[in-house]
Amino acid sequence: MTTASSMSIFLNAALINNFVLAMFLGICPFLGVSAKLDTALRMGGAVSFVMLVSSICAYGINKALIIIGAPYLQLIAYIVVIASSVQLVEMIIKKFSPALFRALGIFLPLITTNCAILGVALFQTAKQYDFVQSLSYAAGAGVGFTIALVLMAGMRERLELSSVSSVVQGAAVTLILAGILSMAFMGFAGMAS
Amino acid sequence: MATPAASIQTKIKSESAENFIKGLWRENPVFVALLGMCPVLAVTNSAINALAIGAASTFVMVLSSTIVSLAQKLIPKQVRIASYILIIATFVTVTEYVLQALSYEVHKALGAFIALIVVNCMILGRAEAFASRNNLRQSVMDAFGMGVGFTIACLSLGTVREILGNGTLFGFQVFGPEFEPWIVMILPPGAFFVLGMWLLLFNWVKHRKEAAE
Repeated sequence: MTTASSMSIFLNAALINNFVLAMFLGICPFLGVSAKLDTALRMGGAVSFVMLVSSICAYGINKALIIIGAPYLQLIAYIVVIASSVQLVEMIIKKFSPALFRALGIFLPLITTNCAILGVALFQTAKQYDFVQSLSYAAGAGVGFTIALVLMAGMRERLELSSVSSVVQGAAVTLILAGILSMAFMGFAGMAS
Repeated sequence: MATPAASIQTKIKSESAENFIKGLWRENPVFVALLGMCPVLAVTNSAINALAIGAASTFVMVLSSTIVSLAQKLIPKQVRIASYILIIATFVTVTEYVLQALSYEVHKALGAFIALIVVNCMILGRAEAFASRNNLRQSVMDAFGMGVGFTIACLSLGTVREILGNGTLFGFQVFGPEFEPWIVMILPPGAFFVLGMWLLLFNWVKHRKEAAE
């Protein structure tokens, strides 16, 4: 059992070990939905919500699996929980904001296969966090994901206006930008104690 | 002169060869389709890790494509994605335990990324787009080709990053002792840069080809 405070876990997940830029989790939506600032922000919100829900569920499942002595079912149980909570979020968004539902398109069901969410569930189990620590870890991961997505979207909106050589256009320039952003985030490493 | 049976035989053979080869280059999951990027970027800081994640993903993909292809008539359309994920998750669990038994060091180096093979969109994508509507032989060839293509992509990142960032390849010294390693290459930004540069190179080759025509 670790004794790290909730605040340090939160900062660690959000900035120092940013889920997207330092641990490479959730790269697909990071490259796919980061073309517009507005969509990026809402995608971040949806992912953060699913992270929190699945983190709470994963905590309960892990306790239950230890009691019945079947840790090999962990992965299968987590993925089912995540798939159902994505379904839940999808229904909520469809009901309350049809415009956002259309804007997110295929990336909404694809949250299921977003490795950041399964990553939160797996890492919090591996690090043996208690309930409050798990919650702050999930919240930090969600905030970190949103920050990375929004920063990237801002940069890509600027990029639209500049003239880029046709050889570099598309995925290549996006990845190099992500590399520079990731280098900037390495500056936070000094904050770790 | 070939008998009709023999010509059908060759046709089936060439079709499987075609399904195998397309994954290597023309439809390479990483360089062309940009699928399954997370493990490609995360664990390719050395060539041996890149090889291990490639092999593990190939293993999971071939086995899950086999089951998906065999069970395509049994799985109802409405719950197919959930069923595919469960099939994949089962094989990933198997792989994780096998790898832990075979090489504990590699298992430790790859960490959670073995378990995260479950959410590799490449595997689910092939199950949905190919294995669920083709016969067993073609599905296995397709999965194997995609797996090898994925491994090639991982290796092309892993070797460059290990050589530049550490001065070694598969743990052997490549440069003389006065070589100053580019530490950034084995750190997270290096992954983005190397993949970006590979894509740039392929774009450049494509542009030159088009210009020549």
